[in-house]
Amino acid sequence: MSSTTHDHDGHGHDGHDAHGHGAHPSFVRRWLMSTNHKDIGTLYITAAVIGATVGGVLSMIMRLQLMYPHNDIVTSGSTWNAIVTAHGLIMIFWFVMPALVGGFGNWFVPMMIGAPDMAFPRLNNMSFWFLVMGFIFVMLGLFLDSGTGAGWTLYPPLDNAKYSPGIATDFSLFSIHLVGISSLLGAINFIATILNMRAPGMTLHKMPLFCWSILVTAFLLVLAIPVLAGAVTMLIMDRNFGTSFFEPSGGGDPVLFQHLFWFFGHPEVYIMILPAFGIISHVVSTFSRKPIFGYLGMAYAMVVIGFVGFVVWAHHMFVSAISTDSKVYFEVATLIIAVPTGIKVFSWIATMWGGSIEFKTPMLWAIGFIFLFVIGGATGIVLANAGLDQELHNDYFLIAHFHYVLSMGAAFAIFAGFYYWIGKMSGHQYPEFWGKLHFWTFFIGVNLTFFPQHFLGLAGMPRRYPDYADAFAGWNFVSSVGAMISGASSLIFFYILYRVFTSKEQLADNYWGEGATTLEWAVPSPAPHHTFEDVPVIR
Amino acid sequence: MKRNMGSAGIAVVLAVLAGSLAHAQGVAATPTAAANAYVNAPHNWEMWLPTPGSPMEASIDWLMRYVLWIMAGVVGFVTLLLAYVLLRFNAKRNPIAGHVTHNTLIEVIWIVVPTLLLAVIVVPSINLIYYEADTANPYMTVTVTGHQWYWEYNYNGVQGLDYTSYMVPDDQIKPGELRRLSVDHPLVLPVGKKIKFVITSSDVLHGFYLPSLGVQRYAIPGTNQESWTIITKPGTYYGQCNQICGAGHDAMPIEIKAVPLADYQAWVKYALTNYTENTAPSSPLILPASAQKLASIALSPG
Repeated sequence: MSSTTHDHDGHGHDGHDAHGHGAHPSFVRRWLMSTNHKDIGTLYITAAVIGATVGGVLSMIMRLQLMYPHNDIVTSGSTWNAIVTAHGLIMIFWFVMPALVGGFGNWFVPMMIGAPDMAFPRLNNMSFWFLVMGFIFVMLGLFLDSGTGAGWTLYPPLDNAKYSPGIATDFSLFSIHLVGISSLLGAINFIATILNMRAPGMTLHKMPLFCWSILVTAFLLVLAIPVLAGAVTMLIMDRNFGTSFFEPSGGGDPVLFQHLFWFFGHPEVYIMILPAFGIISHVVSTFSRKPIFGYLGMAYAMVVIGFVGFVVWAHHMFVSAISTDSKVYFEVATLIIAVPTGIKVFSWIATMWGGSIEFKTPMLWAIGFIFLFVIGGATGIVLANAGLDQELHNDYFLIAHFHYVLSMGAAFAIFAGFYYWIGKMSGHQYPEFWGKLHFWTFFIGVNLTFFPQHFLGLAGMPRRYPDYADAFAGWNFVSSVGAMISGASSLIFFYILYRVFTSKEQLADNYWGEGATTLEWAVPSPAPHHTFEDVPVIR
Repeated sequence: MKRNMGSAGIAVVLAVLAGSLAHAQGVAATPTAAANAYVNAPHNWEMWLPTPGSPMEASIDWLMRYVLWIMAGVVGFVTLLLAYVLLRFNAKRNPIAGHVTHNTLIEVIWIVVPTLLLAVIVVPSINLIYYEADTANPYMTVTVTGHQWYWEYNYNGVQGLDYTSYMVPDDQIKPGELRRLSVDHPLVLPVGKKIKFVITSSDVLHGFYLPSLGVQRYAIPGTNQESWTIITKPGTYYGQCNQICGAGHDAMPIEIKAVPLADYQAWVKYALTNYTENTAPSSPLILPASAQKLASIALSPG
């Protein structure tokens, strides 16, 4: 599929700089003022590791508190709500999105389409630093006063000036603005890059699936983020300038916010999972030593998921104020998404069919992803039934469902991508044994954490409770033990990072062999500072 | 207008109800705790939905099984397929990879079959939506108002019957009460009658959630939401606030005492004459020693 010419001088330790234009950039110039898509990608991945660590520590605190009923680790309801809120916001906006879109997207989209860099390199830099500013703000929202305690969905009236006085909520709301600008600029950059800068011969229908996934994601971001920004602006106006968009006493309506939020929030779900689909396609194809099955179906399934994802938002509001006929529509529209998602899953399995499968660490994460995503998808079908949602809405069945698709979906894909590409990014391979150990411990840990939560939900345990009825004690204990296992498993990941960065091993251009066919495998490992000295031509 | 039970009157209501029950039912289903009554509460290591306490929850239970069995079939099929592929086509058993990347027939099949499965799910599911929405012709209507952090119950058909319901604090739990579920003044409802709930809030969003009855609606300020139930069996049913509402979100449970119609009517008469006008937050129910003694005397012969 690909052909390119380049020289291999960059194989030394200083590979990044050997290919750079001119002198070695200083540390400040390289990392604070970067315009290089790989360096910015590295910054994003670093930010994602920090975000995941903070969000993960918060989840460990929550699971410790919930290990026993009437526990005394977090005794204040406000503190608990602030932790719940920050965990949600940070995991979504400062872990999953920076890792998948900003991190792997920046690193590999230009490389895969044969472009020298992103279309707007300075915009790219700006978009990263907005993310950092947003992170500072969201942390202020956690620590100032008693913290922002409205949940990540930020529903008014709980976060209006009357019920959440103090500066914390304003910081959290502004953090959404900052991370929103970051995502929006990044999305514009990806669309411009992918539509304009593909190498000669790389038509859209020859473009790798990861690029397709980022393209669809970027369109979702461009359409969804402004709606969130509008809703958040209205909240800020209500809080600080006396408007009453969401104040019933002034003619406003809290339900309006729910509509606006989920018009963003549901596409956001696909923003988090489509790039994961893209990574899984590459990993499955590489380790099955086969091209992806049904390429066009796979690409257009993502387009359909993205499109339908915009017209199903009110399935998050089945017990809120929407009409009965609306419930019927939103249920049916939601169920339809199962069809393109099914195409993805069956095509991955069909890719493996007849292949020669190697169980390297990235493939283990990919197989884990497929299996667990199918379970999360099945409970998604259950929850899509408005009649059943009247029972299950906001209880632990829902928590289990969305952690199966996020904690085990998006996170598994991030780890698959990490182990798949770390050699290309750093020039050093991860230790295979420790990678597999990380996978198996994490797999056991998250399943033990989240599977029992289905039972808690069926029994009727509501979410966002720091203390619960004694009857929920058993499964909560099991769930907390699982969380401790996945927490310990994450320490293995940090050890692997240490091993990668202290490794002396040098990797070949294409260290995965014949199964890896996209353009990033035609350049050295680590990828040189300037990827393509000559424009690659795709035949 | 908000009324609260005077704690001194509690013993009297126990006595009244136990007396009426003694000749009406022979089962002590009183608004306040009766030791031998049916209790529908979650239990440890529970793995399924609550025992249905209403026809709505029975329908939900049925549809849940129906959808979950179908989805279990799907997950099982995909898992077996995946396992077969991994065993049959691993590098050891299949060193040379094939090249098949298209098969129109199979691609059509995996679009058509899931679509048919969805159709099979959607038909009973839509029926359930309309069934749940059917609040017509209720026997009575209760307006439920969420507050930070307690519930207020206003019996629409009974002029002046409007009282608040607080969780019993952890350090005041008595034997027979459930921590984080029991309240000072339960919602008292007749069994076998269609009860319509009108749900709203006075401050932030709350969630009126009765898992064993299959009822759940957000309580939204400025908006009246509706739901309904028919409780099939006398006893105690529990629910909790299920929409984050601030620091006391986990401390505003719902407790329902379902009693036979005659007892309900007796309780209404009692409540109307004895509930004292009191808009201040009610204190948790603590019976004075003399009232407790009276209550036990009143209940024991029943």
